[in-house]
Amino acid sequence: MEKELRLMKGNEAVAEAAIRAGADGYFGYPITPQSEILEYLMEASPWKTTGMVVLQAESEIAAINMVYGGAACGKKVLTTSSSPGISLKQEGITYIAGAELPCLIVNVVRGGPGLGTIQPAQSDYFQAVKGGGHGDYHLIVLAPASVQEMADFVGLGFDLAFKYRNPAMILSDGAIGQMMEKVWLSPQQERSKSVPAWATTGKPSTRKRNIITSLDLDPNAQEVFNQKLIAKYNEIKEKEVRYEELRCDDAEYLFVAYGTSARVCMKSVQLARAQGIKVGLLRPITLYPYPSKRLNQLADRVKVMISVEMSAGQMIEDVLLSVNGKVPVHHFGRMGGIVTNPEEVVENLKSKIIGG
Amino acid sequence: MAEATGIKDILKPENLVYNKTKIMTDNVLSYCPGCGHGTAHRILAEIIGEEGLQSQTIGVSPVGCSVLLYNYLDIDWQEAAHGRAPAVATAIKRLLPDKFVFTYQGDGDLAAIGTAETIHSCNRGENILIIFINNGIYGMTGGQMAPTTISGMKTSTSPYGRDVKLMGNPLKITDIVATLPGTYYVTRQSVHTPANVRKTKKAMRKAVQYQKLNKGTCFIEIVSNCPSGWKMTPVLSNKWMEENMFPFYPLGDIKVPEEKSAQ
Repeated sequence: MEKELRLMKGNEAVAEAAIRAGADGYFGYPITPQSEILEYLMEASPWKTTGMVVLQAESEIAAINMVYGGAACGKKVLTTSSSPGISLKQEGITYIAGAELPCLIVNVVRGGPGLGTIQPAQSDYFQAVKGGGHGDYHLIVLAPASVQEMADFVGLGFDLAFKYRNPAMILSDGAIGQMMEKVWLSPQQERSKSVPAWATTGKPSTRKRNIITSLDLDPNAQEVFNQKLIAKYNEIKEKEVRYEELRCDDAEYLFVAYGTSARVCMKSVQLARAQGIKVGLLRPITLYPYPSKRLNQLADRVKVMISVEMSAGQMIEDVLLSVNGKVPVHHFGRMGGIVTNPEEVVENLKSKIIGG
Repeated sequence: MAEATGIKDILKPENLVYNKTKIMTDNVLSYCPGCGHGTAHRILAEIIGEEGLQSQTIGVSPVGCSVLLYNYLDIDWQEAAHGRAPAVATAIKRLLPDKFVFTYQGDGDLAAIGTAETIHSCNRGENILIIFINNGIYGMTGGQMAPTTISGMKTSTSPYGRDVKLMGNPLKITDIVATLPGTYYVTRQSVHTPANVRKTKKAMRKAVQYQKLNKGTCFIEIVSNCPSGWKMTPVLSNKWMEENMFPFYPLGDIKVPEEKSAQ
């Protein structure tokens, strides 16, 4: 089967990719700017073709708990939302992490705090990569910078989630969710018939009962579990770091940017290079695990790093931890739902950093 | 020696009138003496065993006194977040439509924090069984006022008795879900006498049959006691329940299948 070329919104690409990845279930609740995902799925009606269940829940809270229930049956399930809705899901997400269940959560980020704006932002970085809900846990966080990656990371997210029995998140934003680009779609994958050994599907006489829970009243046992999670996260940090470099070889200045900001910075690199400024871009593709080792290596070569993000400066903290004082790190970005433009990124570099 | 021989003579299969059901595990129950949870668990275990459903059942346990329910019945379990069991069960049943799926929830879980999940699962007619233990109190956290605490009832957060003007009214959520088109069978029972145990078991068996026939949501409320939370002896708590809880939460079927009532 060959790949198929389509012109799609990022949100539509997530929906179509979920069907094609052989997802078993989608549970969601409408919220701008990602409602197209649920709309697309209802129109596509995959329960008639692949057998995929699609349900509009009564709330984001119900939706994430449906994901918990489905994931605990060993099924490939996902939910999608945007910032205020993702905040509501945090309780369910920490239970999913605590029960070590695989699932996919997509956050098409909008500006905040509170009800905020419906325009794109990157101000949910802390929430996505540092935990988000209560307790010591991490999600595997993927940051798409194109409609193509919106589609590709659905399959990748499921693969990583099942490999590590850990929830995975696609941290997108309203720009990538809403913009249209060409996208190569993978052929339809069959829904998996295999049942993981830990899944609750009814206890046959041949095995002990399976219990999905995040509760352990014995603090000693709970600490052993916490240590098990840390060991898993360390393995993820060792094996799953993904990033992309642009013109880093001779760079004196380095932009660090993900998602929409990375797309902006690709243009900024071009503009600055045309003016003789040696600048490069490191684009983290995984935000957890973070490409810290690579940034630390690059800190030996560049003069300054600039964390470009549509937030008050969140990812900059991970850049600072990565370079560990080797080079100065600055932040530049717009907030409130405003997308940074390539010219102002270059202007900031020239006036505040090179000239400053 | 003669005495020991006597016991041996009595301990014969033909003399056995009561036994641990196969589905109950050997774990020691965490409940206070005289609590109705253990009886409700046993009825559920008997039904699952007698109907041959062990390999077909996925249970969803709540947050509350029965949070450790998954330790007591030898079936596959999912432990849900507080109030979310019906949402969890919704997905299980939709993804595994041939399995027997039930939730077991207390009043705080089902009728306070989980009200939305309860109402909407019932309204969608999710093909699951919801078992609702109503003892009018938050037992696990130490006896605070519940959504179902009756007027005047003393709890640790209504120490002078529930003042409905100040604290709101007790919620008859079972009567509410009975009005929804998605519910098929709604009943209110108790487990404090052998006769009531038999009625509750009959209700559970019906719910199992209805789920097999994809009839929609079955909802069984069990009005139960909480000797520790109510600060009464088990015997006195059952008497208090009969005199005070049953007038407000009367036992019996609230919604029965139409074909049955037409007969």
